[in-house]
Amino acid sequence: MSSMTQAGLVHEGEQEISYLRAKKGIWSWLYTIDHKRIGVMYLVAVLLAFLLGGVAALLVRAELFTMGKTIMEADTYNRMFTLHGLAMVFLFIIPGIPAALGNFVLPLMLGAKDVAFPRLNLASFWIYCTGMGMALFAIVSGGVDTGWTFYTPYSATVSGPVVMMTMAAFVLGFSSIFTGLNFIVTVHKMRAPGMTWGRLPLFIWAIYATAVIQVMATPVLAITLLLLALERTMGIGIFDPALGGDPVLFQHFFWFYSHPAVYIMILPGMGIMSELITTFSRKTIFGYRAIALSSIAIAVISFLVWGHHMFVSGQSVYAGMVFSFLTFLVAIPSAIKVFNWTATLYKGSIDLRAPMQWALQFLILFTIGGLTGIFLGTMGTDIHLHDTYFVVAHFHYVMVGGTVTAFIGGLHYWWPKMFGRMYNEKLATISSVLFFIGFNVTFFTQFILGSRGMPRRYYNYVEEFQQLHQISTVGTWFIGASFLLMLGYLLASLRTGAKAGANPWGARSLEWATQSPPIEHNFHEIPTVQEGPYEFPTTVDGPAKA
Amino acid sequence: MSIVKHEVAEHFHSAGQESSSAKLGMWLFLVTEVLLFSGLFVAYAIIKSTNHEMWSAASKQLDVVLGTVNTLVLITSSFTVALAVRAAQTNKNGEKNRQMVGLLFVTILLAATFLVVKYFEYSHKFHVGTLPGSYYHFDGIPFPNAHRFFGVYFLMTGLHGIHVVIGMIVLTWVMLRARKGHFYEGYYTPLELGGLYWHLVDLIWIYLFPLLYLV
Repeated sequence: MSSMTQAGLVHEGEQEISYLRAKKGIWSWLYTIDHKRIGVMYLVAVLLAFLLGGVAALLVRAELFTMGKTIMEADTYNRMFTLHGLAMVFLFIIPGIPAALGNFVLPLMLGAKDVAFPRLNLASFWIYCTGMGMALFAIVSGGVDTGWTFYTPYSATVSGPVVMMTMAAFVLGFSSIFTGLNFIVTVHKMRAPGMTWGRLPLFIWAIYATAVIQVMATPVLAITLLLLALERTMGIGIFDPALGGDPVLFQHFFWFYSHPAVYIMILPGMGIMSELITTFSRKTIFGYRAIALSSIAIAVISFLVWGHHMFVSGQSVYAGMVFSFLTFLVAIPSAIKVFNWTATLYKGSIDLRAPMQWALQFLILFTIGGLTGIFLGTMGTDIHLHDTYFVVAHFHYVMVGGTVTAFIGGLHYWWPKMFGRMYNEKLATISSVLFFIGFNVTFFTQFILGSRGMPRRYYNYVEEFQQLHQISTVGTWFIGASFLLMLGYLLASLRTGAKAGANPWGARSLEWATQSPPIEHNFHEIPTVQEGPYEFPTTVDGPAKA
Repeated sequence: MSIVKHEVAEHFHSAGQESSSAKLGMWLFLVTEVLLFSGLFVAYAIIKSTNHEMWSAASKQLDVVLGTVNTLVLITSSFTVALAVRAAQTNKNGEKNRQMVGLLFVTILLAATFLVVKYFEYSHKFHVGTLPGSYYHFDGIPFPNAHRFFGVYFLMTGLHGIHVVIGMIVLTWVMLRARKGHFYEGYYTPLELGGLYWHLVDLIWIYLFPLLYLV
């Protein structure tokens, strides 16, 4: 960005006191209203949740290594996969990119001093911690085995701390709403002079679309979980058929939130992709406007597709047809993004450092995940594939192959900005290769298992599936090793990593215009923006205009 | 009587940016409130459409007179809070501080009246047994599962009642600040937003009243 040099924002040679050292002591962190510190605290919290969910996943797969009992009883297994789902969905993926990485970079990218409501931001974090505490309490006091979807009537009648767990998700929902609300207002009101909507980095567009879904969908989940808790405690007869209620109504309510929530998970990942692909291709993004607006299109359509989770739940065939059609519709804006990223790579000067390795993995894995979604959105094939491992493989390709790879890519991209240090590039490459192998070994086999009829969530299976199950389990060990290695070199970089300059990747957006790690108030003077976020000085075909 | 000048928070560049951010944030929050209630409205619509006769028989157990009184009470309170905002908008040197405090006090008093009336309605239901779910023990409605109406009734009015209590807390805080002279023509954001919240609480009741009492 030309304003970078014009405004003289980076004072070469003189490193000033960063946000990390501006104040001292544990309370200066716990009570901070600095979006960067809140982002870092969120990062630590979501990574802990990721560890918890990840260990549960390894244990689930280990149990499935042989038929019958391998390491745990069936009841324990049911609690274990529920724990995996709940921790990954509510504690890791939903807050992961927006609340951790988004919190850190959103005001920086906009050229603002902070988010619009810094105290609300801190409240969001503490509410998240409260929800996490409640979830952990529910786990240690017996755990729940309902699956993360809490389907009635089972969840309304089974014993166990279901109420505590639903209330944990209820509380976590408020943390998500507060983050979303804060980001919408920040994007509308806190942009630096010259930062027009057409000059917003695409990560901001994606976070903005995500925030709209967070604000519009989460309250419905809140009331649904409240109704479920009251159904259990008082028998109010909304969902329980024994009392005159309608269990499919629960599914409608639940997916009215939880399908848009799928886009809460993937949209920020798509935003990170847009940043990584252009920065590491040294090339203006292809189709800026199409990518920006497709984020909004996804957010809008996401509210209209929830019924595709209920093709076999007894909803009317006509409703099913409409939902099926709308589901195909949502594939269009997603495909627009994939095509535009690919076109951006074309004739780019591609730099294969760690963040880009993860971005390319996203491109491949998300495309597989997206296309297999079409199989499931088609009513005829869905009846065969419904509730099989095919579904499990599909959403792991999107959620892990998509969101998690984008999260990891973004973490590697902004790590030098957050902590001012570079990590070991060789180890990062090993880690990403290990992940790519492990992920495909784990989940591609599950497509095969599913298409042959292996139902999801089952504790036991027939002998012909054992070999594929074992291959899948071995794959998870590669994934585990990849993340363990990553944890090691990232932590090591904090002490021994080479100092990162203000802009180690040669990126053009505003967060790179201030020093690494940034000063407490982000910028000495509010920058004035004069051009788009991806105007790289030399491109093969000359400067392409968005 | 005088006023205390408001200072713009450090991360905003102007008072206009600060107040318009706060307002947008509040409107978004109100959207989430409406959506929170929307789940209950959908549950209401589905149960009513499949249990029409039970629904109208159960609805007759509610006291229309008390419901009407409460509706009038809340509408009046919306009016007084709007007058308080108007007083702040024309408050130059603190000459309207007393008026503002008085209007807010009346608003809070009306809110309390609403809750007192609600208390009498609830205790009558506890007495005759028109209660949700497993607590239901009334035999005056000749339809199965009539407890479902009262489940929805108590949920909707209960959630609304919680909002009334929160509104009273917010308005009390606003009133105490108004007394210190914090709100004047140049700054009255908390009062305005508190008023907006109170209007929403009123508005939700305006939907609940006909849906529950008059069907």
